[in-house]
Amino acid sequence: MRGFRGFLLGLAISVGAIAGARAQAVEIEYWQYVFDARIKAMNELIKRFEAANPTIKVKHTTFPYADYQTKIVAAAPAGQGPDVVQLFYGWVDNFIAGKVIRPLPRDAFPPEMIEKEFYPIVSAMKREGEYYALPTAVRSLALFYNKKIFQEAGLDPAKPPKTLDEFLDAAKKTTKRDGAGNMLQAGVTLDMPGQDYHWWREVLLRQMGGKPYSDDNKTVAYDSEAGAKSLAWYADLQRVHKVGLAGFMDEGQAAFRAGRAAMTIDGSFRLGAFGGIKNFEWGVAELPAGPDGTKSNFASYWVNAITTKPTGEKLEAAKKFMAFVTSPEAMQLWLETVGELPARKAAAETEKNLAHPVYSPFLKALNYSQATVFVDELPQRQVILDMANRVLLQNQEPKAALAEAAKAEQAILDRFYKK
Amino acid sequence: MTTDTDVARSGGRLWQGLSLQQKQVVWAWAFLAVPILFYGLIRFYPTVEAFVISTTKWNLMTPPSFVGLANFERLLADPVFWKVFGNTFLYLVIGTPVSLILAFVIAYHLDRVRFMHGFIRALYFLPFLTTAAAMAWVWRWFYQPVPIGLFNNLLAGLGIAQQPFLRSTTQALPAVLAPAIWAGLGFQVVIFLAGLRAIPTTYYEAARIDGLPDLAILRKITLPLLKPTIIFLVVFSSIGFLRIFDQVYNMTSQTSSDPGGPLNATKPLVLMIYQTAFSSFDMGYAAAQTVVLFLVLLCISLLQLRLLRDR
Repeated sequence: MRGFRGFLLGLAISVGAIAGARAQAVEIEYWQYVFDARIKAMNELIKRFEAANPTIKVKHTTFPYADYQTKIVAAAPAGQGPDVVQLFYGWVDNFIAGKVIRPLPRDAFPPEMIEKEFYPIVSAMKREGEYYALPTAVRSLALFYNKKIFQEAGLDPAKPPKTLDEFLDAAKKTTKRDGAGNMLQAGVTLDMPGQDYHWWREVLLRQMGGKPYSDDNKTVAYDSEAGAKSLAWYADLQRVHKVGLAGFMDEGQAAFRAGRAAMTIDGSFRLGAFGGIKNFEWGVAELPAGPDGTKSNFASYWVNAITTKPTGEKLEAAKKFMAFVTSPEAMQLWLETVGELPARKAAAETEKNLAHPVYSPFLKALNYSQATVFVDELPQRQVILDMANRVLLQNQEPKAALAEAAKAEQAILDRFYKK
Repeated sequence: MTTDTDVARSGGRLWQGLSLQQKQVVWAWAFLAVPILFYGLIRFYPTVEAFVISTTKWNLMTPPSFVGLANFERLLADPVFWKVFGNTFLYLVIGTPVSLILAFVIAYHLDRVRFMHGFIRALYFLPFLTTAAAMAWVWRWFYQPVPIGLFNNLLAGLGIAQQPFLRSTTQALPAVLAPAIWAGLGFQVVIFLAGLRAIPTTYYEAARIDGLPDLAILRKITLPLLKPTIIFLVVFSSIGFLRIFDQVYNMTSQTSSDPGGPLNATKPLVLMIYQTAFSSFDMGYAAAQTVVLFLVLLCISLLQLRLLRDR
């Protein structure tokens, strides 16, 4: 019995000790969605943060991507949600309107500092002079190519295509079909639901002389000559040149990963996943330049924001944590773990990063990138998907498809700006 | 009949004065009150709440504002809604008869099989136990183009042109429906078998003595006596097909894709409700769609019960 009593006593003391330590610490909660590399990076950041700030504990909670936004929206009015939260930049307007997030306190995050040190795309987080959120990392697009397939097709694996013409040429040379014409290996993946949707809107469209929206983002502007030209160019990859097939291998990234596509356009966030490829070597290049040499890219980012929930010492802790996850140190770790690019220019464009064969095409792109301003990202994406499907599956003329899409998207914009 | 207020006022004395039968009635209501309350709270209250929300504009974050019937007007003018409404009916009018006929044919023949009867029945039942999501993904891969899709590889092997299946606006809906029918088949077969077994064998013996052919036995004895089973399955599977979601969602979406596509060709009403509510956070509009779905389900169920009930 003595042994058991001793055990109980020990247990009581250790529980008391833990409770005592807990009572002193301020606990704040951080939320993000489930993505292995991001979770790993954040766990490491929290470990470092807690070591530097022993009085603060950070609880890291994650949800599957599909439910993530819903969870935040449902938890916030109940006063249950996180203190610091990760959001997609396109959601910010809704979250400000719903009073889920607060402006970043000026003492810890002076706007002048933000404007001086971060990439200009961050200005999308500014509302009436106040910044509401800051990214740890930003993402841009690049051309991933399979060096093995390039070699087999007689192309130089050290010289990826630089222009759209070279790109099409390489795609033609790397496409393989069986006797019946069924595709066995795609020259390029066609995946509108993937990143092609951004590639068309912010890159191809601009390269053909158009632009997606008016300058105040309230009017759709792609229903134009350039719009039709760029959409036709994209659709012809499948319709005329037959170098790609929408839905081939289910997803573009799956086709590339399986070594069944020579080229794919994807974001820097894919680096982690492609890092596991063992069967072939792949390379990264800047997106092909347009007919007149125009370069463009699409940048997007996830931001961290402080919610309206914490007050007093919890708010102070949240500010400290927020400052830490947007520090150059956190950004370098994020780059190495997740593959996303630092949001501070100085942290991003180090000599080491610029010389890096994989990072440098993404980093160079940040200087000519566009960040689309969304009002309701999913329906807006759906409009573009449907437009491409009408052209690819129902042989609708690009011009008519664009007109229909522009009308549908304008309705979404109108509904948002009228309220 | 004694009312509740009487019971409360005079308490014990009144209770003494009740007859045994009256006491039984009071007890019965006392016990029934618990499930009625529970049911009212978790079923009827949210239903009523949905009706209320359908008359508001609400994005979860700011308080709802009353907009009257504006959501329903928007619904009637929304081409996507009508497309989706049509899809929902297609799921119903293809799904229910096909699955019921298949299930009946299988059950009818399985009933006569003695060899490994239990094992075969278990095989039919197995898909019903499988998670819809897992099953949908396996079928999704079956439908892929060559070189990875099972069906297209077979077609290509036979020298037939490959089919787009899920990537077609006309083939996608039947392609999504097939695994849904396949998965529900086991359940329907088992219910049909139970129904067949419940028919007294004396009827069959009498019919055989009278020299009736098999087809006549099926028409005059089996089907009429199976009517309760058929009614149950028709209503049950109709509701199931009208509420189809898992298969569609898993077969047409991926981390960043096009659920209910291509071009809304496979989108059922439930998926539209889900997207309106939990992607666009347009709760009032989603609730309006829910109200419509509820009314449709109600009408169809009442209609079926009326058509199929005993004359």
